[in-house]
Amino acid sequence: MATTSPSDNWFKRMSRSSKIPPVYIFLIIIFLFTGILDQINSDGQMFTNPAIMLNIIVRSVALGIVAVGQTFVLLGASIDLSVAYTISITAVMSSYIMQGNNSNVPVALLGVFAIGIVIGLVNGLIITKLRVNPFIATLGVSLVIKGVINATFSNYTGSVPQAFEWFGYGTLGPIPVSIIILLLVVTIGWFILARTKFGAHLYGVGGNSEVARLSGVRTDRVLIGAHVLCSVTAVLSGIFLVSLMRSGAPWVGPNGVYDLNSIATAVIGGTALSGGKGGVWGTLAGVLIFGVLATAFNQLGVNPYMKNILQGVIIILAVASYTVRSKKEAA
Amino acid sequence: MTLASSVTASEQPITNSPVMEVREICKRFPGVVACNNISLQFLPGEVHAVVGENGAGKSTLMKIMAGAYIADSGELILQGEKVSFNHPQEAQLKGVSIIYQEFNLLPDRTVAQNIFLGREPGKFGSLDVAELNMNAVHVLKEVEADQLISPTAMCNSLSVAEQQIVEIAKAISFDSKVLIMDEPTASLTTIEVKILSDLISKLKARGMAIVFISHRLREVFEIAEKISVLKDGELVGTVMTKDTNTSEIVHMMVGRDLDHYFPPLGSPEDFGEVVLRVKNSGNDFLKDINFELRKGEVLCVAGLQGSGRTELAQALFGVIPFKTGTVEVNGKIQSIKSPPDAIRLHMGFVTEDRKAEGILPKQPIRDNILLTVRTLQPLLGFIYKDGIRKTRTLVPDLASQVDLKAETFNREAQYLSGGNQQKVVLSKWLSSKSSIFIFDEPTRGIDVEAKASIHDMIRGLTKQGIAVLMISSELPEVLGMSDRILVMRDGRIAGELPAKSTEKDIMLVATGHAEDMKIENTVSTEKG
Repeated sequence: MATTSPSDNWFKRMSRSSKIPPVYIFLIIIFLFTGILDQINSDGQMFTNPAIMLNIIVRSVALGIVAVGQTFVLLGASIDLSVAYTISITAVMSSYIMQGNNSNVPVALLGVFAIGIVIGLVNGLIITKLRVNPFIATLGVSLVIKGVINATFSNYTGSVPQAFEWFGYGTLGPIPVSIIILLLVVTIGWFILARTKFGAHLYGVGGNSEVARLSGVRTDRVLIGAHVLCSVTAVLSGIFLVSLMRSGAPWVGPNGVYDLNSIATAVIGGTALSGGKGGVWGTLAGVLIFGVLATAFNQLGVNPYMKNILQGVIIILAVASYTVRSKKEAA
Repeated sequence: MTLASSVTASEQPITNSPVMEVREICKRFPGVVACNNISLQFLPGEVHAVVGENGAGKSTLMKIMAGAYIADSGELILQGEKVSFNHPQEAQLKGVSIIYQEFNLLPDRTVAQNIFLGREPGKFGSLDVAELNMNAVHVLKEVEADQLISPTAMCNSLSVAEQQIVEIAKAISFDSKVLIMDEPTASLTTIEVKILSDLISKLKARGMAIVFISHRLREVFEIAEKISVLKDGELVGTVMTKDTNTSEIVHMMVGRDLDHYFPPLGSPEDFGEVVLRVKNSGNDFLKDINFELRKGEVLCVAGLQGSGRTELAQALFGVIPFKTGTVEVNGKIQSIKSPPDAIRLHMGFVTEDRKAEGILPKQPIRDNILLTVRTLQPLLGFIYKDGIRKTRTLVPDLASQVDLKAETFNREAQYLSGGNQQKVVLSKWLSSKSSIFIFDEPTRGIDVEAKASIHDMIRGLTKQGIAVLMISSELPEVLGMSDRILVMRDGRIAGELPAKSTEKDIMLVATGHAEDMKIENTVSTEKG
């Protein structure tokens, strides 16, 4: 019954007292392990070359931003499978509107954010008002967006002006702008969850929607809000990707598997698929685990099929370790 | 109508005018009239207890008052004005708050976050965490639990009683005019009940109207000034506590005639050897359980909600196993650690919550009936082939045994009536040749006719030499069916009563008012 018992191991005590999500320990273990492998089998740059470290984070930016949004909907016991095509439509629409011209940038940004908000609203309204299961609702919306962009665009369309590439390639001092954007998004995400009423209500809706309703929370509005925020982060990811690629194409979203990867990283980070439990800092660690693995696999020259297998095994091990642990705690 | 009622309300002297009033409230659910034309008035500074048997309509009425349900007809009057609540938030804003019977806390959030869920402090949508925790300390101080419970503790780390205190803290934090408590003492210890009653007198002094629902009549008499009794969705009457006594209230609660025919009780020659003997058994919910079950008898377990009836059934069937003591089945000591263990010993369990535990709603009747047969088969056996061949004879046989009428066994079980679903569950266990049947509320929520046929069926089972342990909260059913009655209270067997007992006998033992304390002492022996 008590929160701390002498039988707790050091690991549990440490992660509880420090309030650091346990996934960070997992992240450190993976980093050290792959780094040591890299020392032994390869050139050992993972530990010595700061550029590689930085690269791990830069690789994680696009996924990280949208994973923050995905964390929001997962916390509300919902899911968003439409983020990949939301990223695609953002990428193509923004570069199509910009056409390499600085003066079109504001219109383009306004346009894509408006599209994102509409997608989020539609997702949220279908789920809360039509009572369609979130998985099916967002899968359906995803297919609609896919159809629209594939019917309209077939390849790279338009381009972004040079100045816009600053998001993807610029630096502030020694730090890449992209990293700052990611940290900013995560911090804002944390602030919304931990320091706003909306965040507190979202945990309530995900934890037990009926309890939240009986406590006076307007559950539908909260869930719709979470979906809008999620789509907005997908738009941000799309904008970031198009500034990296200099031109948008309809396949950027699905090629990056942003839908499933954003869900996987959030869950690795400790957010419950059943909702009501978790947070964005865990998600950030989940994203970095993906980044470390991708970089390590490159360094070690692991063949691409093996990469998938290892990645799959590691995801399962990570999530299983939490659930086994929490079962023990419950017993 | 509205105008007239508001005028009369405002003409009354202010001190005596009710804070809240329900007028001619009706609410029906499919198959049940939960509230039928109920009118009550709640005065400021008064504790008004609402009592009744399970299913009398108390909780439904309270949920209507708190905006969680919307009444089919009738009016809610708050301080002389007609109001309608479409969302619990509207009721809260108007000053009506409620502590629900079931736990309403989020396990993975802190105490403070739970208390102020939906009403967090902070400007412009932001959340002031420091103030949130401080407010929580203030509220916890009011319930004298600020030393006991930290506002930043996770709710899943609290004990059941602590969680209940948090619930109470949450309800009083609304600063409301009407506070509804739906069985707030169900899981509290005596000391905590004392704290609660002190708190209630404090709130009373502030002029709050308190609606108190409880099964524990002793507390009702200690706390309430006025008692209203509901029965079958109707108001039996309202009396002042000082003008009445326990037995009168019990009579009002249960004073109905047996509303249908029960099959004749078993005769001594039907009872065979002891098939189930439980000695000194206990677990987290149960203590010192001792009883015997004989072949061919119906042993009923009565008791109030939360007295441990369902936990007893779950322990016997291995859902939440006993931790101490021994269980003998057919004379041999057996360890039942999981439901498959129990099934192997030929026990069958017909659960209280049919929808959640008894049937697979989306599976056809056939597969439901064959479920336990199939679990007993080897894992890689030819289920499908076997299923087809067996269903030709087995399923119709079983169905006719329990008098199940269905035009096709391919029909999904969810489309059957409650009574027929129960028959499906029964035939499921018959198929596995169970010799000990545990029924947990076998007739809850089903119509009178189906009830009678299920009662006949249960009696029919005992004629075949099957031993039946039946848990029921409906006293007429207990009296009409049992050859012996066990009465539970607070996780113990509080007494054993013979077949021809009265409802009053049972209620007195169940509420702890038994004059004959000897029964209690002889049954609950100290464990070694």
